[in-house]
Amino acid sequence: MQDLGIRVLIEGNNLYRLMGGLLITIRIAIISAIISILFGIPFGIVMTSKNKLVRFVCRTYLEAVRIIPVMVWLFIFYFGVPKLTGIHIAGDVVSVIVFSIWGTAEMGDLVRGAVTSLPKHQKESGKAIGLTNLQIYSYIIIPQSIRRLLPGTINLVTRMIKTTSLVVLIGVVEVLKVGQQVIESFVLQSPSASFWVYGFIFFLYFIICYPISLFARKLELRWKE
Amino acid sequence: MALLEVIGLNKYFDGFHVLKDISFSVEKGEVVVILGPSGSGKSTLLRCINGLEEIQSGQIKLNGEVINEDSTKWHLIRQKIGMVFQSYDLFPHMTVFENILLGPLKAQKRDKKEVARQAEELLNRVGLLDRKNFYPRQLSGGQRQRVAIVRALCMNPELMLFDEVTASLDPEMVREVLDVMLELAKEGMTMIIVTHEMEFAKAVADRIIFLDGGEITEVAGAQEFFTDPKTERAKNFLNIFNFKEYKKGVDNNEKI
Amino acid sequence: MDIGFILEISSLYLEAAKFTLKLASIGIILSLLIGLFCSLVNYYKVKFLKKIVNWYIELSRNTPLLIQLFFLYYGLPKVGIKLGAFTCAVIGLAFLGGSYMAEAFRGGLEAVSKAQIEAGLSIGLTKAQVTRYIIFPQALAVSIPSIGANAIFIIKETSIVSAISLKDLMFVTKDIIGIYYKTNEALLMLVVAYLIILLPLSLLLTYIERRLRYAGFGN
Repeated sequence: MQDLGIRVLIEGNNLYRLMGGLLITIRIAIISAIISILFGIPFGIVMTSKNKLVRFVCRTYLEAVRIIPVMVWLFIFYFGVPKLTGIHIAGDVVSVIVFSIWGTAEMGDLVRGAVTSLPKHQKESGKAIGLTNLQIYSYIIIPQSIRRLLPGTINLVTRMIKTTSLVVLIGVVEVLKVGQQVIESFVLQSPSASFWVYGFIFFLYFIICYPISLFARKLELRWKE
Repeated sequence: MALLEVIGLNKYFDGFHVLKDISFSVEKGEVVVILGPSGSGKSTLLRCINGLEEIQSGQIKLNGEVINEDSTKWHLIRQKIGMVFQSYDLFPHMTVFENILLGPLKAQKRDKKEVARQAEELLNRVGLLDRKNFYPRQLSGGQRQRVAIVRALCMNPELMLFDEVTASLDPEMVREVLDVMLELAKEGMTMIIVTHEMEFAKAVADRIIFLDGGEITEVAGAQEFFTDPKTERAKNFLNIFNFKEYKKGVDNNEKI
Repeated sequence: MDIGFILEISSLYLEAAKFTLKLASIGIILSLLIGLFCSLVNYYKVKFLKKIVNWYIELSRNTPLLIQLFFLYYGLPKVGIKLGAFTCAVIGLAFLGGSYMAEAFRGGLEAVSKAQIEAGLSIGLTKAQVTRYIIFPQALAVSIPSIGANAIFIIKETSIVSAISLKDLMFVTKDIIGIYYKTNEALLMLVVAYLIILLPLSLLLTYIERRLRYAGFGN
């Protein structure tokens, strides 16, 4: 039988299946990113607190999340938590939980960086005209921080999309897993299928992440001026 | 023969004619001060003499030898022309002593003992021998600039270029740097100085070159230039530094 | 928690940790070489090479390591390129780490001001001497924190090579969970092993960062 070569990608409903898998990957990334941003912003502001204990707790959380590889966190939540609590959590839910915990920490650090990079007198001049703390944040600090924040946030999103590829290792059926299934079912018609399928997935990740990081860089360059 | 001769120098920058047909010469032992409003091309002119900027036409001669040809080995020429910059630009990863020794040892391949002796002597003269093992960040602006001067001098240059060397200094540190330069002038060092310190220019200069809009508009002896400038532009320029007409409590609006 | 069991399996983790470190070290060294090469090509604007280098950097930064490994390990043999799992992991890590290191070096090189280079030229140094005595030492000092952070990043990235059946810390953990069902012990040892490797490095990096900030090189 003749090898299908690259045509394995369009054979049957293969392309449709692969795209379905990709959608699952993207969905996990987007949900995690949204949760991370929502929790990361208040977390970052808390990190700028003057209270030493608060800062210490935040810092510990951030460093703990950072120092352990995300893969290990996935294992802990996928294998460890059910064992300890008796509750089994599905792989995709575990992924969203882990990525959100990780993303919140990273987002928080970005927010902290953006807020502390603002000149001190910005906050002081807010006080001088009699604004409350909440008003100072909503009218002065946050609007100015967003510019400094956006490129980093977008980069975090691409990192999250790339990291989402790991969820296949805790049994989530996403694009890589679908790829494996396609390769297995076409092992006879298309012996070279794994080259084309994995190559295609590689390419898919690239065409998703590349424009996003390009956009982040453009923003960074424009706002630097 | 003049030590340095500049003939018909033209320099363009992004299509902008920044130096227009500049010609002048500097004799050995002479101190020439270049004055002019900011943006007139003074610094650019110095940088051209040291090969840091390319020129589009004209000639620069050192000891009668043309030095702005394609075949010019600038690193050899620059060993004869010392340059001190406005922002000191000491190497932050080296101590004062290492900063001074780098050129003589690596560029001139001189004997370490001999260079070290000379460096110590020069540092002593500018009053910084006790700082020889300090890093630049541990020094004040004035001290850094004096080290930068020593770094250039230790190459035994035939000509020294000073590019607004006091412009970034706090007022109280300006004097210590200018004193070093006055001392050098007294010893007969050939120097071209770009500065905004008018009193200093008056004291140190044998000759003033007035540059305006990229052109030399006036060349005169120091006394003559300050007391009796010939051109309108030079007069206006000198007036900027004059506060005599301003009196407290008097309505000055008309003059402004 | 079964202490006896933990002691029993600790030798397995020691072996696995050694493997992880070996893989990571090779990955880091190759990444440094690739990164240095790429940053120099960009810094000196080498014509044709610059394009290739920039495409490589984009590819590397915008694709996940896991997919790169799958492609190298499962995909390439189908077109006649057979590489061992370890080789694949090394290539993957170097391919990924190289672009991160390039970025670190770029930051360092850009931090060396034009004025520093001119000051070097003005004392008669040749361009090569300026590069060696002025640009390199200063750029390196500025780059070191990012280089360190990237090294830690590369060590962490090795945690997925069990996907191509290399016997690293993750592999051992999965094995023990599968065979003995001692999940808690296995996961504890996993975390401890990574902490022993990464915590000292991370603290060292923080220390170096503080020192360098004090030195105040670059802009």
